[in-house]
Amino acid sequence: MKTMRNGSRRDFLRQSFAGAALLCASGGAGALAAAEPVAAKPGAVGAKSRVVVARDELLRGTDSKVDSGRMLALLDRAMQALAGHDHPAEIWRTLVRPSETVSLKVNTLGGRGISTNVLLVAAICKRLQEAGVRASDIVVWDRDSNELERAGFHLAMGGERVQCYGTDRVGYEENLAAWGSVGSCLSKILTQRSGVLINVPVLKDHDGAGVTIALKNMYGVIHNPNKYHPDGCNPYVADLNMLPEIRSRMRLTICDATTAIYEGGPGYKPEHCWNANSLLVSQDPVALDHTGWQMIERKRAEKGLKTLEAKKRAPRYIATAADGEHKLGTNDPKRIALVEV
Amino acid sequence: MLCGLEVQEIARNQAGSPLDRRSFLKCALASGAALGINGVAQPAAGIGSGAASGTQDDARFIVEAKFYQKLAERKIKCKLCPRECTVGDKERGYCGVRENRGGVYYTLVHSRVCAAHVDPVEKKPLFHYLPGSIAFSLATAGCNVNCKFCQNWDISQSRPEQIPAEYIPPQRVAEIAKQYNCPTIAYTYSEPVIFSEFLMDAADAGHEAGIRSIVVSNGYMQEEALKAAYGKMDAVKIDLKSFSESYYRQVVTGQLKPVLNSLVTLRKMNKWTEIVYLVLPTLNDSDEEFRGLAQWVKANLGPDVPLHFTQFHPEYLLKNLPITPVPTLERAKAIADAEGLHYVYIGNVPGHPAQNTYCPKCRKMLVERVGFTASQMLIRKNSCPFCQQPIPGIWHA
Ligand SMILES: [Zn+2]
Repeated sequence: MKTMRNGSRRDFLRQSFAGAALLCASGGAGALAAAEPVAAKPGAVGAKSRVVVARDELLRGTDSKVDSGRMLALLDRAMQALAGHDHPAEIWRTLVRPSETVSLKVNTLGGRGISTNVLLVAAICKRLQEAGVRASDIVVWDRDSNELERAGFHLAMGGERVQCYGTDRVGYEENLAAWGSVGSCLSKILTQRSGVLINVPVLKDHDGAGVTIALKNMYGVIHNPNKYHPDGCNPYVADLNMLPEIRSRMRLTICDATTAIYEGGPGYKPEHCWNANSLLVSQDPVALDHTGWQMIERKRAEKGLKTLEAKKRAPRYIATAADGEHKLGTNDPKRIALVEV
Repeated sequence: MLCGLEVQEIARNQAGSPLDRRSFLKCALASGAALGINGVAQPAAGIGSGAASGTQDDARFIVEAKFYQKLAERKIKCKLCPRECTVGDKERGYCGVRENRGGVYYTLVHSRVCAAHVDPVEKKPLFHYLPGSIAFSLATAGCNVNCKFCQNWDISQSRPEQIPAEYIPPQRVAEIAKQYNCPTIAYTYSEPVIFSEFLMDAADAGHEAGIRSIVVSNGYMQEEALKAAYGKMDAVKIDLKSFSESYYRQVVTGQLKPVLNSLVTLRKMNKWTEIVYLVLPTLNDSDEEFRGLAQWVKANLGPDVPLHFTQFHPEYLLKNLPITPVPTLERAKAIADAEGLHYVYIGNVPGHPAQNTYCPKCRKMLVERVGFTASQMLIRKNSCPFCQQPIPGIWHA
């Protein structure tokens, strides 16, 4: 991704080093810490949030289908760059304990065309199990089971398999969770089945919000997302991510940018999709969203489209999420350590 | 035994006073018999299980919406309420109960009743409409605003597939009303704007069976839709939530101006309308706001529109506010009285003398109300029996 800021190999090595130092400092054991979420703490002096963009030009075979082996290798490469060392299983062990329940919040609103890639989810589940997490302690989920199926996931409830179902099967908590402008009932999958939450969104343009990547994917966790679309979803997206039930569980974002959409989202518009063949990985969802937004802007420029700002739909919620009231991460390019591999 | 609908309903009846509670229980008993024993239509899947009300694809509830415009790329623009949501394919509007499917906009809540009950009309409240009568009252999920004080947020702020509901088509609504001697069907509890298609069909079915219809609404609606839907109503109660745009923006997530426009439109349509103003301590309780409101009502709707100042009870996202002090409500009434409005009431305060209707000319009491029932009704031939002053309203069946 040559056009990306700080894109040179030399920069990468420097940032890699800096990032590793950061993660050690904030996390303790190894590079990543499992005991608590280690999203960047923007207040810390010298702290940078690492965002990895891992890319494989050969991710797809000749039939343009994603290759599962290369997907796993791409995930490993991304995680190694995030952690700053080379042992995939070790990396995952620092993120989750074998006794923990882990949930993968995917995004399946775009149907088969533009949803979280099933092979990416399979690769994550494989590494989680190798790290000692029981298959049945892993849940792959979204709002609706039918939408999961339409996106290519096989539903599974009960038994020893990796679990996969929508909130429609278990419902929402009756009590409200509230922060700022947001008052919502949370999916019981989040509150009852997610010791650790791994966010696995898709890189998408969004006609209302500007973009929908990591932060906005949490709209799929609540019972009333339709209430939070006015004003470009600002400050709703940021406020929603402040809910302790979400924030305390959120440990990692792995954004699927194998196929992404730069215009006409969030629905599937094949004419506006591109095969970015990439994953974006970070523990700072704000830094990841900022990075993903810039990727979409570059693609728009390449296609001769106006910027989201010019279209009056820049994703302002990203800056809100970074402000002093929220501190969910950083959107300051100077404090994002961008690593391309 | 109460059916699923009753269980839902218990949660959303305000447990204010002993009177309130007693009248509620009486109604619950009556309607429990109505809905349980004689059987509404078969409940949708999931009812009673605490899970969702069937799938979101349940075809019985899905009818093409009436008020929208088709746009390019399978998008639509909703013309029902002033939000004018532009909705892409497979997405829903702000209300959560209307969905774009391939460029056609559908309501997902036609005949999808999530709350049903027999209530006194005084509970709506409508004070100048068939005092002492009862109404078969129903709601679907959804709302086009998000009031931070909503008493019924569990249904109004939910998507239809998230809460238990029963299939009660318009004919059946009319039958149930008739069966239980309700002269009126009331569309209430959540926000009837968003189930306009169902409301219109049920009102038609009711009128064919000799049953009237009333609606309890926020009035946040486009003029054409308002004329079409509420044109079928026999009376309308509008919740005017404040007299300031900033309050509407911050507390209601809506706008004041379109609601005022709706009130004027209803006036022009000659539709019997009453206004409720829920008074929230510190947020919409200034003298200036009360005075501005009263002056606007008198100038634009006339002095005879009943205006109810009602007491707020902490709910939903405003649990930090206290109950509205009764003196605040009395101050509001005094200001509106002084501005020349003829029928200013205080609501949600059982036993308060300002719940009664007095003749604006001779000042004698004409309708006495205890809790949610009219205990005395002296109006004859739409007039004061003492001085023959005409008293506006729909007094006789
Ligand atoms: Zn008189």
